Amino acid sequence: MKQARTAASDTERGFLRRWIFTADHHAIAVQYFLLALAAVAVGTLLSLLMRVHRVWPDTPLPFFGLVKPEDYLALVTMHGTLMIFFVLTVVPQSAFPNLVLTRQIGASQMAFPRLNAAAFWITAASLLVLLSAFFVPGGAPISGWANYPPLSAVPAAGPGQATGMDLWLVSIGLFCIAAILAAVNFLVTILTERCAGMTWSRLPLTVWSWLVTSILTLLAFSVLIAAVVLLLCDRHFGTSFFVPMGDFVNGRVVGHGDGSPLLWLHLFWFFGHPEVYISILPGMGLASSLIANFTRRPVPGYRLMASALVLIGLLGLMVWGHHMFVSGMNPYAGAAFALTTMAIAVPSSAEVLTWLAMLFRGRMQRTTSMLFMLGFLSFFIAGGLSGPILAQPDLDGYLHNTFFVVAHFHLVMAMAGVFSIFAGIYYWFPLMTGRLMNETLGKAHFWISLIAAYGTFFPMHFAGLAGEPRHYERLTGPAHSFAALLPLERGITCAALLLAAAQLIFLWNLLQSARRGRPAGANPWKATTLEWAPARAARITHGPYEYGFRSSESDFISQWEAEAEWE
Amino acid sequence: MFPVCPHRNALISSVSLPHSAILAAVPWMPGNGALHGAIFDRLMGWNLAILLALFLLAHLLLIAALLRRGAASASSAAKIPSLLTKWLPLAGLCVLYVWMAVTAERLWAADRFAGPAPASMQVEVTGVQFQWYFRYPGQDAAFGATRPRLIDAAGGNPLGIDPADPRGHDDVISSVLELPAGREVDLRLRSQDVIHGLFIPGMRLKQNAVPGMVLHVHFTLQQPGSYAILCSQVCGMGHARMQATLRVVPPAEFDRWLSTREHAVSR
Repeated sequence: MKQARTAASDTERGFLRRWIFTADHHAIAVQYFLLALAAVAVGTLLSLLMRVHRVWPDTPLPFFGLVKPEDYLALVTMHGTLMIFFVLTVVPQSAFPNLVLTRQIGASQMAFPRLNAAAFWITAASLLVLLSAFFVPGGAPISGWANYPPLSAVPAAGPGQATGMDLWLVSIGLFCIAAILAAVNFLVTILTERCAGMTWSRLPLTVWSWLVTSILTLLAFSVLIAAVVLLLCDRHFGTSFFVPMGDFVNGRVVGHGDGSPLLWLHLFWFFGHPEVYISILPGMGLASSLIANFTRRPVPGYRLMASALVLIGLLGLMVWGHHMFVSGMNPYAGAAFALTTMAIAVPSSAEVLTWLAMLFRGRMQRTTSMLFMLGFLSFFIAGGLSGPILAQPDLDGYLHNTFFVVAHFHLVMAMAGVFSIFAGIYYWFPLMTGRLMNETLGKAHFWISLIAAYGTFFPMHFAGLAGEPRHYERLTGPAHSFAALLPLERGITCAALLLAAAQLIFLWNLLQSARRGRPAGANPWKATTLEWAPARAARITHGPYEYGFRSSESDFISQWEAEAEWE
Repeated sequence: MFPVCPHRNALISSVSLPHSAILAAVPWMPGNGALHGAIFDRLMGWNLAILLALFLLAHLLLIAALLRRGAASASSAAKIPSLLTKWLPLAGLCVLYVWMAVTAERLWAADRFAGPAPASMQVEVTGVQFQWYFRYPGQDAAFGATRPRLIDAAGGNPLGIDPADPRGHDDVISSVLELPAGREVDLRLRSQDVIHGLFIPGMRLKQNAVPGMVLHVHFTLQQPGSYAILCSQVCGMGHARMQATLRVVPPAEFDRWLSTREHAVSR
């Protein structure tokens, strides 16, 4: 229906009206995808510069020259910020819901279409402000994406901490506003725009996940924007929320009030941890849907799966202190946060065990999107299992800020997140173009990416166990044992280059399939959920995962099918 | 000679783990030099072994699911009750998580809830962009007051020790952390400028140094030797070179080292 309408109105409305100044969520989804594509391209290039510099620290890099220590830290900071905000938040939490949320709940449109459009443009402005930090005197900030004060509060604390840091704060402030606006829209849309018959127990699990992530976004980004405003006040308006009395930076006393750096850590990680779930929960909802679809079996324990998503979101708000075991936080608080963190492993395990059980209940169709979902599952397990180690304050007291943690979150958040994004793109591509993506190229993309991603991130566990810290631009000094890690580091760099190169296959596939891909037809995956419905359903009577019937010519009942056929 | 806190010892020994030669040390970790390191390494070894086994098991299942062909076996697989496929494994994992939580909390309590023994040795550690300073209290066993306005690294007063405070007159400042083996040490962590992270991999120890706060960590040194001290919290452009050395020496050698320094200061 959407295809027909937009195609028909194509000639009436100009390109600008249709794709740029639009409140149509379908076009906004495409805008978000393109923005994320730009961000992921830059973010990946930055990580490659870092990886190459780590193993050949004295070699000038093409287009960059010699990487100075502060350059390396700026690369780290911008890589993390781009990937976490503009890729792992934007795609699962903004692009996908714009593409399929209204359709999956049978709504005719978003609750607040203009708010939704405003959210995109503020996000775009936020990205431009962030990237501009590379071009100001001093360059981009060097304090890591978590930007602990006083390093982030005092411009004299390092290159990039003056204008670059201001731009980072303004960018993230804008991003917070955009994320909150988008989340308000999604939340109200889910609450009020569902079609008749779309009860809570008939919502696809993806919609459940967007419900939870929208609530998390409201709570978490509200706190982050408060923290950002406070830090800007510290930097420009003479307050002292985060800088302690007598703080002495770069030859000068800068602390005049008695602020607390730990306050920033609490505010930041109150945002930072839910943020992990904002980027991964939609992938978990998608995993349930896709595994059900490609094994042609219903999701067993739908209520359990939905409540596990809610429980993970809820517990996700109570675990931020596990980033702070060694920060100087009261050790009793550390003990409490260790327990909440261990508790979150329980609903996560329930999800994983259900997916594993689902895989054995039917015959699996090995489509590219199913393979990427399996990749998501593999990374979620690999990265998730090191979670219970890092949840133990003493063990984390050794592993904190080492490459073990880098391995952990790149597997469980970045790779699992990106693989679920790829699964979603291969799966929902027909909704955007009416065509299917090439499966052969897709499978090559999957297998090379899977192997290269493990090659990149799995060895980092060993570097972390050896004690190698994050944010080190080179491995010199008294820790002689690090010299032994150099071959490992070289292997990681080679795997990272391969991983990045494999994405060219995806780009090629994307361009080719958008123009010349096989026409998808209606409902190419024989799916049950409403985004594949030929027309908007007035009233639905079926659950989201009614697969596995053997008595008729079709083995599923889509949600838009009329009641009478099966009663 | 210097007994560690008895409460702490009882706690550490109550963290019971099966002994195993294979899991006594994790191969990639640097050699352990601290008293609490043995139990730490064993805990780490067991955790890694169990979780690696789970990782391999889950991936065997994933690969089996991927390779499985034909729908014939599907109907039989579908008949396996969810008690076996879901609830029992989940219960097993919950038992594992409870065990991890209990052992972790006991070890954490042993290391962090109780203070150091009164006879433990105090050393102050100050993080400055991009250097560690170690201050010994001298004969009076008390640190002199410091004032940020008096900080003058080029003028020989990198910590801003107040000359008006007599307790500071015998303080010894070193760029190497020299400590006697067999004794409990209480480190007093401070930072002048930004947050730093004191990380001594060989002592299985990490604690941030936060400006405006004085934080304490205590541990008992066991194995003489030389250990790397790193900064584990990004602190600016020189972060990677903010390293120092911990030298653990026999007590007699340490006494000679310290008294030489103390004489130099008093003269």
